[in-house]
Amino acid sequence: MKVTVDEDKCCGAGQCVLLAPEVFDQRDDDGIVNLLDPEPGADRHAAVREAAAVCPAAAIELIE
Amino acid sequence: MSVEEQVLHYPIPNDAALDPPAEWARLRSTCPVTHVTLPSGDRATLLTRYEDVKQVLADPRFTRQLTAPDAARLSAEGGVFNSEMSQIIPDGGEEHQHWRRLVVKWFTAKRMAAMRPTMTQIAEDLIDDMVKRGAPGDLRADLGFPLPVYVICDMLGVPATDRDRFSYWSDTLLNLTRYSKAETEAAQGAFFQYMSDHVAAKRHRPSDDLLSELIAVGGPEDGGLSDLQILVTGMALLVAGHETTANMIGKMVSMLLADRDRWERLLADRDRWERLLADPSLIRTTVEESLRFDANSGFGLPRYLREETEVSGTVLPRGTTVVCSMAAANRDESTFEAADQMDLTRSPNPHLAFGAGAHSCLGQALARTELQVVLEVLLRKLPTLELAVPVEELERVEGLAVGGLRTVPVRW
Repeated sequence: MKVTVDEDKCCGAGQCVLLAPEVFDQRDDDGIVNLLDPEPGADRHAAVREAAAVCPAAAIELIE
Repeated sequence: MSVEEQVLHYPIPNDAALDPPAEWARLRSTCPVTHVTLPSGDRATLLTRYEDVKQVLADPRFTRQLTAPDAARLSAEGGVFNSEMSQIIPDGGEEHQHWRRLVVKWFTAKRMAAMRPTMTQIAEDLIDDMVKRGAPGDLRADLGFPLPVYVICDMLGVPATDRDRFSYWSDTLLNLTRYSKAETEAAQGAFFQYMSDHVAAKRHRPSDDLLSELIAVGGPEDGGLSDLQILVTGMALLVAGHETTANMIGKMVSMLLADRDRWERLLADRDRWERLLADPSLIRTTVEESLRFDANSGFGLPRYLREETEVSGTVLPRGTTVVCSMAAANRDESTFEAADQMDLTRSPNPHLAFGAGAHSCLGQALARTELQVVLEVLLRKLPTLELAVPVEELERVEGLAVGGLRTVPVRW
């Protein structure tokens, strides 16, 4: 799985961080997504898929 | 019947406190783009399908500001969407993104996680007080309302002792039909003056809170906000930070304590609550499902179309005011399997309770955390919690753009 994020689209809702904190974080200075792990391990795929599905700004793209 | 007579009145009248109006299913299947008459008497176009609501809310061409001469007024008596105040905070493009990023950093998932212990303590204290006063309690007045107020007041550095005033000002800003024009104007003037004095005091004597930090960034020339923008941001956060979550706490707990079907309730009373007691790891998905399932979420979100667009095959001309019913969209069977069932394990749950796109609710991590904390503490401290009245006797808050229950009588 390869994860990419669109910082321009990101609205800082934080859903991805709540769901997969090992993969996503938010920058302290503007709340925008900070991708920690662009190729997460298999045990995190379900959480990352959910994060992508519920991102209100559709800012997370997955290639599987 | 003429077209005139077919126009629905919106909000659609509904006596059931927790259940959706029957019209939603019909509108989604046969009339997804429909004309409605608003409380002001003005016409608007109502959307009820998931894909349509999401598309329009996320479209950056459309504005939440209903200040154009031909935009519909929600209420004849004034309210936040049609007010000049709504123009102070930029509503699109880079200016909006700039404003959003200055404010949203205060509502990140990490910050909310750090506030969790404080929220838990507040919830425990409020529940202890309710128990001391004895059953029945009112979950709205005793817990649902004060918890988010204490939290947002703390974040903004305003005294929670003024909460009754905030509540009244907030109601008038969210007015549809409850207050007169004179009342809403007087309340908004008083609220503006209060926040103006508060921001001036913060400027003079900063402390560790959101408004002080916004002031410290400097003016627009320093990459910060203007004085007026800081003031209106403070008002907006105070209103948004308590009213919606306060109502949602009461509705969430009511939905969990009252299984919808009478027979189901007789056979398996408190089924949802028992399930959560047995498996508290369901709290997160339960909160999301409560947000999706909330059929009493209020007016929805309006958008003014500055250019023509097409929705579900219907052309909407420039100048149309659209009302997006997120609550109706959240019951759309084409997106959610068994949409009329409350499924505490539903995942993923891409509901639209917080909107969609660049304007999606700024405080959603705060709201989620508060709802999760409330549920966790209630399950732990009051496992025998139950509604003290039949669910049919719960009454809706009327006349405001936000939906809620007037009281939530409980015993334990």
